[in-house]
Amino acid sequence: MKGFPLLRRILQAVVVLWAAFTLSFVILYLLPGDAVLTKLGSAEGGPSASPAQIAALRAEYGLNDPVIVQYGKHLLAALHGDFGTSVATGDDATHQVLTALPPTLAVSGLALVLAIVFGGGIAVLGTFTRTRWVSQLLLSLPPLGTSLPTFWVGLLLIQLFSFQLRLFPALGSTGFASLVLPAVTLALPTGAIIAQVLAKSLQTQLAEPYIEVVRAKGASRRRVHFAHALRNAGLPALTLVGVVAGNLLAGSVVTETVFSRDGLGRVTAAAVTAQDVPVVQAVIVLAAFFFVVLNLAVDLVYPLLDPRVSVRKEVPAHV
Amino acid sequence: MSEAVLPQRFLIRRPGLLLSGLILAAVLAAAFAPTLFTGQDPITGVPSERLQGPSLAHLFGTDETGRDVFARVVHGAGLSLRATVLAVLVAFVAGSALGLLAGFRGGWLDSVVMRIVDVLQAVPPILLSLALVTALGFGTTNVAIAVGVAHLASFARLMRAEVLRVRSGVFVEAARASGVRWAGVLGRHVLPNALGPVLVLATVTVGIAVLEVSALSFLGFGASPPTPEWGALVAGGRNFLATAWWMTTFPGLTVAAVVLAANRVSRALDGERS
Repeated sequence: MKGFPLLRRILQAVVVLWAAFTLSFVILYLLPGDAVLTKLGSAEGGPSASPAQIAALRAEYGLNDPVIVQYGKHLLAALHGDFGTSVATGDDATHQVLTALPPTLAVSGLALVLAIVFGGGIAVLGTFTRTRWVSQLLLSLPPLGTSLPTFWVGLLLIQLFSFQLRLFPALGSTGFASLVLPAVTLALPTGAIIAQVLAKSLQTQLAEPYIEVVRAKGASRRRVHFAHALRNAGLPALTLVGVVAGNLLAGSVVTETVFSRDGLGRVTAAAVTAQDVPVVQAVIVLAAFFFVVLNLAVDLVYPLLDPRVSVRKEVPAHV
Repeated sequence: MSEAVLPQRFLIRRPGLLLSGLILAAVLAAAFAPTLFTGQDPITGVPSERLQGPSLAHLFGTDETGRDVFARVVHGAGLSLRATVLAVLVAFVAGSALGLLAGFRGGWLDSVVMRIVDVLQAVPPILLSLALVTALGFGTTNVAIAVGVAHLASFARLMRAEVLRVRSGVFVEAARASGVRWAGVLGRHVLPNALGPVLVLATVTVGIAVLEVSALSFLGFGASPPTPEWGALVAGGRNFLATAWWMTTFPGLTVAAVVLAANRVSRALDGERS
């Protein structure tokens, strides 16, 4: 395999994806708690269902097969993109999850832009300024950002910008204006993480000997900061991409619930509420898919940006 | 800095830390003896006093059935705190045990455990918790377990790294050479020396656990309605955002204050000296 580093990376990615599927199978299908009983409980009036009905449903869902056979069947189906039908809506789970994806991507995309601009800006300014209190204030913002409950921040934003100032709609999923508040809410924890990592990385770089050399050669502070330190500090932050994407996806569960927006997060929350196992599994595998693909992309792009790293060598691990 | 710093002076120079300690102490007291803070009933309200703004009689105002929001926050401290402690305990105990096993035994067991840990980290913690809640069912305890399991991977990883570091120490070799059994080596030499950073991680996880437990409770997967729980209290005020801002603002502020306080204290425990 040594000759095919790219192939090895892809293979690793596939293994992680498979493992994530297996993990979700173990959690969702093997833990106590019975999808059939839940379905009967929610849809057909609870314990009134006769033992015969339960037995028929168990057979229909293949719950009488040995575990390993169930696992094999599910894995085979999942390979074809089939995670089963939603227990709650009767829809195809994969279809339900994929159709919910675009609105979530729109909010997440805007949130990502905000997070990079503001998170990155805070880190750069916080380490650049020579005014002590400004720097202290700026660098104390990220820890604050990770400590605030996002559901609460979202509701505060609604109170302020929708009900008091009437600038943005409080609820709904139509138009660009409805995108702003959810994106800000979603960007808060993500931007805080980006700011924390970038600020730390910048501080490390600024203490390096090469900075001293550049300064001694007479480069301006701005040039030292932006052309030298930031370029070197920004690269490791790239390895955060997988974590950030996961954050956005997970954060959308809360954000979309707060703002009553359609999207993957809302579908996830509804699926958990209905204990809709196929849909939840599809979401988990999709999240792992994003994580794996993005990390793979970073692994492949990294050597192009930083010639010291080749695909053969390890990219420095994130966090 | 060899002179001993008096604890009083240490705290006075850090008003933030002092305040954080007081907040945590107050929350702890509220969890064990809520009646110390309020005499009002958190479950049944006074209909004639519904939706009143904050006042001296009702510090945090009242909700749509006339229940005192402050009383509900105080009485919710017990459940929310118990869930947090349980979540951290699950992550700490299970994660450390796995990491200890992997680091101390090494070999194929190490590989297997660490691959499982890798997979746990490939799914965002909240989604992992949601999957666990789907399987286990709702309720405060299940939410706590779900949050704990979602964070077990980082404990396992850290504990393993620490054990690997300690295991190669000369004193461990000496203990082995002088005939101490493996359980003795593990319990008396490896574990005490590896535990420090893991305990620090545990204190860092407290803040995260408060946030995630309250988020899951906000989504409605925690205790069932009349029982007060911080996240659920915020959710309960959602329908009254326009008319009763206090119903969401104060419970949310409580969660934020507790998380900030926990983070501040954990930073102090992580080797902050004079």
